[in-house]
Amino acid sequence: MSEPLNLEPLSLETVERRWEAASAALPGAGLGWLDALRAEGLARFRDAGAPTPKLESWKYTNLPRALRERDYAPSASTPRAGIDRVASLLPETAEPHRLAFLDGRFSPEHSRLEDLPAGVILAPLSALLGEAPQRLEGLLRRPEEDRELALDALNAALFDEGAALLLDRGVALERPVELLFLGGTAERPVESQLRLVVALGEGAEAQLVEHHQGLGEGAGLTNLVSDIHLDAGAGLTHLRMQEAGTEAIHLAGSRILLQRDARYRSLAVTSGGALSRHGLAVELLGENAEVVLDGAYLLRGRQHGDTTSVIRHAVPHTRASQTYKGALDGRARAVFQGRIVVEPGAQKTDGRMLNKTLLLSDKAEIDSKPELEIFADDVVCAHGATAGALDDAALFYLRSRGLDARSARALLVEAFVAELIEDFPVEALRPALTQRLRAWLAAEG
Amino acid sequence: MLEIKNLHATVDGTEILRGLDLTLGAGEVHAIMGPNGSGKSTLSYVLAGREGYEVTEGEVLFRGENLLALAPEERAAAGVFLAFQYPVEIPGVPNTTFMKEALNAVRKARGEEGLDAMQFLKLLRAKTKELGMSEEFLKRAVNVGFSGGEKKRNEVLQMAILEPTLAILDETDSGLDIDALKAVADGVNALRSPERSLLVITHYQRLLDYIVPDHVHVLSKGRIIRSGGPELAEELEAKGYAETIEAAA
Repeated sequence: MSEPLNLEPLSLETVERRWEAASAALPGAGLGWLDALRAEGLARFRDAGAPTPKLESWKYTNLPRALRERDYAPSASTPRAGIDRVASLLPETAEPHRLAFLDGRFSPEHSRLEDLPAGVILAPLSALLGEAPQRLEGLLRRPEEDRELALDALNAALFDEGAALLLDRGVALERPVELLFLGGTAERPVESQLRLVVALGEGAEAQLVEHHQGLGEGAGLTNLVSDIHLDAGAGLTHLRMQEAGTEAIHLAGSRILLQRDARYRSLAVTSGGALSRHGLAVELLGENAEVVLDGAYLLRGRQHGDTTSVIRHAVPHTRASQTYKGALDGRARAVFQGRIVVEPGAQKTDGRMLNKTLLLSDKAEIDSKPELEIFADDVVCAHGATAGALDDAALFYLRSRGLDARSARALLVEAFVAELIEDFPVEALRPALTQRLRAWLAAEG
Repeated sequence: MLEIKNLHATVDGTEILRGLDLTLGAGEVHAIMGPNGSGKSTLSYVLAGREGYEVTEGEVLFRGENLLALAPEERAAAGVFLAFQYPVEIPGVPNTTFMKEALNAVRKARGEEGLDAMQFLKLLRAKTKELGMSEEFLKRAVNVGFSGGEKKRNEVLQMAILEPTLAILDETDSGLDIDALKAVADGVNALRSPERSLLVITHYQRLLDYIVPDHVHVLSKGRIIRSGGPELAEELEAKGYAETIEAAA
């Protein structure tokens, strides 16, 4: 099933062709609710098209330009053989439950699904849609009439793989769950439309490690949509490591819904991709729900990394704190857009947002844009953004003690970012995250 | 050990040092005293190699080598140490990590093996104890939340770890109460040795009651205008800078 090379990725024409070729064979085809969702997604995407900088929230991220001259095979093509191991951030002793995907294809041999406790479903989406599709009904976000979310609509139409993690009420998963996505394994760069569904029942607890990585330049296109549902009192800790290949295009949209007393804590580390975007839509729907969204970005060369979030406080007594920090070298560019919405009546909201960037070269750029929309009067909301070079006085101090300029810079950048790693409550991840940070610092800029 | 000849230096285009001459022998302690704006801190930064301090004329030889040609870290490896007037706070970097990185960088530059974590900790604990400091210092981020006295003691601790051959103390007494001053001076005195030279830069004479110099120099408008023994410091204290400078002119 090879396609002509001159089709522009994500253009309407390309999408229509994909749809014609693939729709009948997509997982879950024939399920009424899913067919309707896919049709709706396609219709929305037809109306909107792929996002361009003309849209407010895509102003700083030029997706069409990044896709120019690129060409992708549908993810059905044959993976390259001979990958013995997919890197993990967790030590073997953590014994993670694991799902692995090579260029969007589930790989049983790199996965570990034995001894899942009762009340837990962890499965590739294609399999679950065959075996127990009713478990997923109602958990997939319906495409919205919002042009900014056209990629979510496209994903609804075309997703053909992904992962589901479903916990019954009261289940606390002891071992972490690891989702490994390895790109760059196929002969031709691949387009992957992936879906991630996480639903934790009342009082359930889990740790999730979502890890995107690439072989070589890993030049694929990923469009991943995540639906995360946390019922009353549920708690999810989520590391999202995006170290895809330096030529990869990585697009992700997460929607996180929290009911009463639910807690969600994430750390999103971004060091991969020629262009990446992580869109977050957080909905605090029940009292005492709380989110901590932290993030670190380390970009160099001509890499572009975008984080755009909307946190909606819908009811009183909810808390959200967001701290994103990064270092940019070369001509790298990062975008941080954060909107906090406090609905009428959502009193006693506590919303905080902080974005701090170290610019390691004159040509690096950060576009940081906070927005507050507050319709309640008894709230605490704060935002702050800083951007600047490393402190000359600190650099000189370190050098006067014998550290060469490069080590001094590395130590200061490490200290700047390491705080986020130390604050993240999964200790088993710290050694690997620190190692990644040091490797980035040690690499040539 | 150190020979400064006709040193001229500018900061942002303004000439601060205007022909400074000074020679320090091995094991000697020299004090440089001078009023505000005489060029004391500029001299210390020029010797340590800070950017923005441009030498326009003259030379500085350290053990016969051109010190000014070296990067700050090369000077540290060669054995030059500056105790800062205002030690810099470095959030997120634990004091222990900082000192270990510093010592191992200096050791490697000298062709010696680096210390492993255990060896280093043993050394650090011993030096901390010798200086009468609390080990709690070591866990905190470099100088963050330290009192003025703690910062200065931390400088002396770094000096004890790095064992320089030339230590420059830039206004190490400023901002210290008498107990802290004594503690810092004890720490410095413990490091005096026939191989180690000290250049003590100060505005006031009182530090020199505790760190007794072999020679005292008066700095004014970027030049040494008078030199003498320890008694010169007392004379300065009694008469004040204005009279002393006028008499020397």
